[in-house]
Amino acid sequence: MTNLEFTPLVFGISAVAGCLGALTGLGGGVVVTPALTLFLGVDIRYAIGASLVSVIATSSGAAAAFVREGYSNIRIGMFLEIATTVGAVLGAFLASRTPTAVLSIVFGLVLLHAAWQSTHARPSEREAKQSDALADRLKLNGSYPTAEGPCQYQVNHVKTGFSLMFGAGALSGLLGIGSGALKVIAMDQAMHVPFKVSTTTSNFMIGVTAAASAGIYLSRGYIEPALAMPVMLGVLSGSLLGARQLIGARVRVLRWIFAGVVGLMAIEMILNGVKGKL
Amino acid sequence: MTDQRLEVIISVLLRTGVLLAAAVVLLGGTCFLYKHGAEQPEYHVFHATNPPYRSVSGVLHAAGPSNCQAIIQIGILLLILTPIARVAFSLAGFSLEHDRTYMVLTTIVLLILIYSLAAPH
Repeated sequence: MTNLEFTPLVFGISAVAGCLGALTGLGGGVVVTPALTLFLGVDIRYAIGASLVSVIATSSGAAAAFVREGYSNIRIGMFLEIATTVGAVLGAFLASRTPTAVLSIVFGLVLLHAAWQSTHARPSEREAKQSDALADRLKLNGSYPTAEGPCQYQVNHVKTGFSLMFGAGALSGLLGIGSGALKVIAMDQAMHVPFKVSTTTSNFMIGVTAAASAGIYLSRGYIEPALAMPVMLGVLSGSLLGARQLIGARVRVLRWIFAGVVGLMAIEMILNGVKGKL
Repeated sequence: MTDQRLEVIISVLLRTGVLLAAAVVLLGGTCFLYKHGAEQPEYHVFHATNPPYRSVSGVLHAAGPSNCQAIIQIGILLLILTPIARVAFSLAGFSLEHDRTYMVLTTIVLLILIYSLAAPH
């Protein structure tokens, strides 16, 4: 296959991944890497390098739409980014010391979780009655707009959330994904931040987290320009299209289809890792 | 300056950065396909990207009308710089609000990002 055939193929796969990622809220990065390794035989290190680049693009590209709604909390985001960026740097260093078979298995497990999350996750609906002392000191409590005016919320378990964010950052750096699902869990489930605030703040944080591992990926030679080009452009255009289609799409059916595809890819990644094929 | 106003400005900055980066990547990509379209891609065996494309200074040195991969890589560097610019902008915003705590927190994040991109690994 020549570059003239390979590049449009990668663009097409990435666009589909980006579109599905936006529609289901899971992000395109998590699907691009297994698609490139399983369908096109790309080495997993090149795949995660290209995927990480696309993660920065979608996070920053979607930010404008999210911010206008007034849900994201810049203080929660900035404070937790200390944990995600340190985690991302360590994860990226770890990636170059981890055998590709192990990377493949870990990736498969993350995909299995993504498949489960996309069909079973529900907002926690728990509301913190009182914020903890650290949240007060860091001014993390905020409000978001509703039809009846601004709704105040309190933030809890800041330390637990911070530790989980470190894990989310490490996973992001290790696998070149946004790990938005884990970020939302840390905020929504652990810190009792309202779901809508969690998802939009998470999107805001993903780009900064990914940028923290990008420098290390670059110097380790994971970012191959000719491969990253169609992946970045594909995921970006697919996700912008997906975000536009969100209203009116049959999201429930889509989620199940997506979960099925992701689940199959997860099993394939784990099997390949066990057999040492990647 | 309120947090909300700050965030709107930042989001416009982010979108502009991404579109600019995508345009440069597209330019480099078109150039790459024009010149190397008939060659076979070699991504199934990892041998790490060529050294000039692996650092900021290397990319800037290699860039020129004859080096299409370096143009793509400049676009990717612009993309990586976008969230970093966002953090720098937040730092300016927190300074205007005289928020000491968040000036310190934001500086820490900024230093980690600069370390990752600028330090040799």
